[in-house]
Amino acid sequence: MAQAQKQKHAADTRPWRDPNAIPFVRIEAVSKRFPNGVLAVDQVSLDIYKGELFCLLGGSGSGKSTLLRMLAGFEAPTGGKILIDGEDMAGVAPYNRPVNMMFQSYALFPHMSVEANIAYGLKRDGMAANDIRSRVEELLNLVHLPGYEKRKPGQLSGGQRQRVALARSLAKKPKLLLLDEPLGALDKKLRERTQYELVKIQEQTGVTFIVVTHDQEEAMSLATRIGVMDTGIIAQIGEPNEIYEFPNSRYVAGFIGNVNMFEGVVTEDEPDHVRIRCAETVNDILVPHGVSCAPDQTLWYAIRPEKLQISRERPEGDANFAYGLVDEVVYLGDLSVYYIVLESGMRIQATKPNIDRWDEENIRWDEHIYVTWEGAAGAVLTS
Amino acid sequence: MTLMDSLAADSRPWAFLRRLLAKAGLSGRGLVIAAPMLWLLVFFLVPFLVVTKIALSELVIASPPYAPMIEWTKGGELIVKLNFGNFQFLFSEPLYLNAYLGSIKFAAISTLIALLIAYPMAYLIARSGERTRNVLLMLVILPFWTSFLLRVYAWIGFLKGNGVVNNVLMSVGIIHDPIVMLQTDFAVYLGIVYTYLPFMILPLYANLVKLEDDLLEASADLGARPFMTFLTITLPLSLPGIIAGSMLVFIPAVGEFVIPALLGGPDTLMIGRILWDEFFSNRDWPVASSVAIIMVVALVFPIMIMRSAQDRMEEKAK
Amino acid sequence: MKRSPVLKIATVLGFLFLYAPIVSLVVFSFNENRLVTVWSGFSLKWYGELFQNDQLVGAAILSLQIAAVSATLALVLGTLASVALVRFRRFRGKTLMIGMVSAPLVMPDVIIGLSLLLLFVSMEQLIGWPAGRGTLTVIIAHATFGMAYVTVVVQSRLSDLDISLEEAAQDLGATPARVFFDITLPIISPALVSGWLLSFTLSLDDLVIASFVNGPGSSTLPMVIFSKIRRGVSPDVNALATIIIGLAAIGVLIAMLIALRQGKPRRTA
Repeated sequence: MAQAQKQKHAADTRPWRDPNAIPFVRIEAVSKRFPNGVLAVDQVSLDIYKGELFCLLGGSGSGKSTLLRMLAGFEAPTGGKILIDGEDMAGVAPYNRPVNMMFQSYALFPHMSVEANIAYGLKRDGMAANDIRSRVEELLNLVHLPGYEKRKPGQLSGGQRQRVALARSLAKKPKLLLLDEPLGALDKKLRERTQYELVKIQEQTGVTFIVVTHDQEEAMSLATRIGVMDTGIIAQIGEPNEIYEFPNSRYVAGFIGNVNMFEGVVTEDEPDHVRIRCAETVNDILVPHGVSCAPDQTLWYAIRPEKLQISRERPEGDANFAYGLVDEVVYLGDLSVYYIVLESGMRIQATKPNIDRWDEENIRWDEHIYVTWEGAAGAVLTS
Repeated sequence: MTLMDSLAADSRPWAFLRRLLAKAGLSGRGLVIAAPMLWLLVFFLVPFLVVTKIALSELVIASPPYAPMIEWTKGGELIVKLNFGNFQFLFSEPLYLNAYLGSIKFAAISTLIALLIAYPMAYLIARSGERTRNVLLMLVILPFWTSFLLRVYAWIGFLKGNGVVNNVLMSVGIIHDPIVMLQTDFAVYLGIVYTYLPFMILPLYANLVKLEDDLLEASADLGARPFMTFLTITLPLSLPGIIAGSMLVFIPAVGEFVIPALLGGPDTLMIGRILWDEFFSNRDWPVASSVAIIMVVALVFPIMIMRSAQDRMEEKAK
Repeated sequence: MKRSPVLKIATVLGFLFLYAPIVSLVVFSFNENRLVTVWSGFSLKWYGELFQNDQLVGAAILSLQIAAVSATLALVLGTLASVALVRFRRFRGKTLMIGMVSAPLVMPDVIIGLSLLLLFVSMEQLIGWPAGRGTLTVIIAHATFGMAYVTVVVQSRLSDLDISLEEAAQDLGATPARVFFDITLPIISPALVSGWLLSFTLSLDDLVIASFVNGPGSSTLPMVIFSKIRRGVSPDVNALATIIIGLAAIGVLIAMLIALRQGKPRRTA
């Protein structure tokens, strides 16, 4: 019974898996060409559901910030449509949108106290002074800053400013909150703690979040789903583990996490397996499932370092291994990274968790070893 | 010669000079401070003491036209005469009081008009793209590098009976007889606003250009319409610029001489002009000095306001 | 943020206000008619007359000389003052110096002129120097207020200067004086140039102070112009104004081009 309820609950939090769910934010073929001719966003379509914490992940110039600014209303799309809660946002000014934004710079008004900053949006709505006061107090409690009402932004630390900015953007109970690199300005330790808090606040308030970030770790740990952006287009949309384990292109595979990329040609193309001839691994790669591809097509086999095993013994069979020399071992504490130069000259990396505190038998630098992997552990990519 | 040798040889004359000065009790640091300090003491601070002294002297017909304040009589007596009559005279004569009030009125109204003209200009310049911004800034600064006197002169040609403005208005048929504009208070306001406008625009621009787009966008995002954003964000944040610009116009305008002399009428009362006349026409140096002293006292307050505004601006820059 | 049309119109009107009188001044300098504002045909005759007016030409030369000397003096004193104020953390009289060096910026001309004249008169009585008033006293007066402007300009450049550059030079073995001439001076040189130009222009432009401290006989250019225009408009003053405006425009344009060229590589780097 409890199990069933849990499952039902789990299904509810993933509306994107339900074909009948109605998206809360619809981005339909939206483009943005700036007056200087740069096409920052190119025909992006994206559905975001209520209660999601959606991350737009991409490098600088990928168009993620422009897309966010179009949602906020600071930029007008040059093509396509944006619907929020079923309403077309075309021509709706930023101050009339049911959307609030947390700025990368926080954009706290330097001449106003924390209280006045948080109350600013409420005052614009004409809320009564008493209600404003209690709402500000409530928000300061939410972001763990009670008693900071009278401080000026200049008197706060970076982490405190970030929280005031969050409180201010949540004050009006927006239907949708846009966060532009919300953790970008914080140092590493603080960022990890704040990440967790951000997720908690999102769950407490139930507001739909769209977060822009360039930090893949941040995206992985925050998001319900991630949209990876590359030069104006969405390269892939998916849950964090989908994006990591089943990337749909070399760009996505390379952008998130580390990956070894082997290039090869299909020699056997059967419904239940595919054999790839690869000069880089010397031996063939055998994938135990079908792949939609043409015979003799060039494709890529992407495999993560932690999915490679290394051993001194030659494995059985004629596929899914390579022979090479350990070029470098980097000890990171929890795991060690092995850089291996294969017979073909290609340099790959494999990681191995350090399960034992001290292992005399560990493979060392300058040893000749075999690298092996399960055929299903890597992704076959056609682009 | 090695590099070290050449370096050592190079620094030898400096070291020698330093030793020489050190022997005379002067370090390089001491010289750097002493030279400008002495100059300012002699040519800026002392003159004010002299003015104070002469303001307290009696007018005599002599050259220079004032009586000595300290006299060493033949009987071995030291007589110090302080004559406050000049100040009494200033306060009893309505002419001077009216001139003071007149100056402040002219300066204050001109400052306000200049602010109203300058603010939109500074705002637009600050919000323009870099290329446009540079061109517009150059256009603001350019008149400043031309002669102040000639810019005032330009208005004479503009405003006089058969001047440009009257000619244009008459040829269009709006008026039939020339309007008297020159030698009126109107012309003085116009002249002050015109010549000091760049001093208002530049500090405003310097302030507004630092205003971040993020803040304006955040305000819009939180539901403020553009005018509300202006009232609650832009205006308060540009207050230091407004104060600095206003003081840069107000303070020199209070003491202005050239503009009332050239554009004003005979009854345009401004204190700078009174001082000039007392000095050059009446040759009453003690009264002119007293006028100067009171003018300085009256300007200390606005100068202090300006300094604190500047300090606040600098603080913000950090 | 879209710029509203009201803002654009206000700005255009503002610039119109700034430039209409100047433009009409220039246009009528090419007017044949003696009545300055009544157009009767193109002519360059006022320019010819201008250069034949010995009094004007003599005054212009005198003013240029005074401006060059006083600006140079102001540059040296102002740079020293800036170094003292920015680089020396504390010394006796620093507050006094800050006050004295910035006061001339806001002090009305009539007061500076009057006080310096009274000083010169008293000094002459006491120590016999300076003997009478003339070019020397004008130079001293102009250097004093020019110095204030130089200090403002150089001071701000100097405090923007990364102090680690100077420390690096010291670390490599340069004495403080050497650091100043090898590192500081080249870097602040644009500020020195603009400071010099500023006090040069202000000296060239000054009527009030010069009227107080100048002696009889040697009128500066603004003094001559002032006495001329007090008597009304005259076309040769228009011609003179056109020349001055032209020179200023060329100067500002060159300064801007230099600034643009210097600014560009830094931005792309």
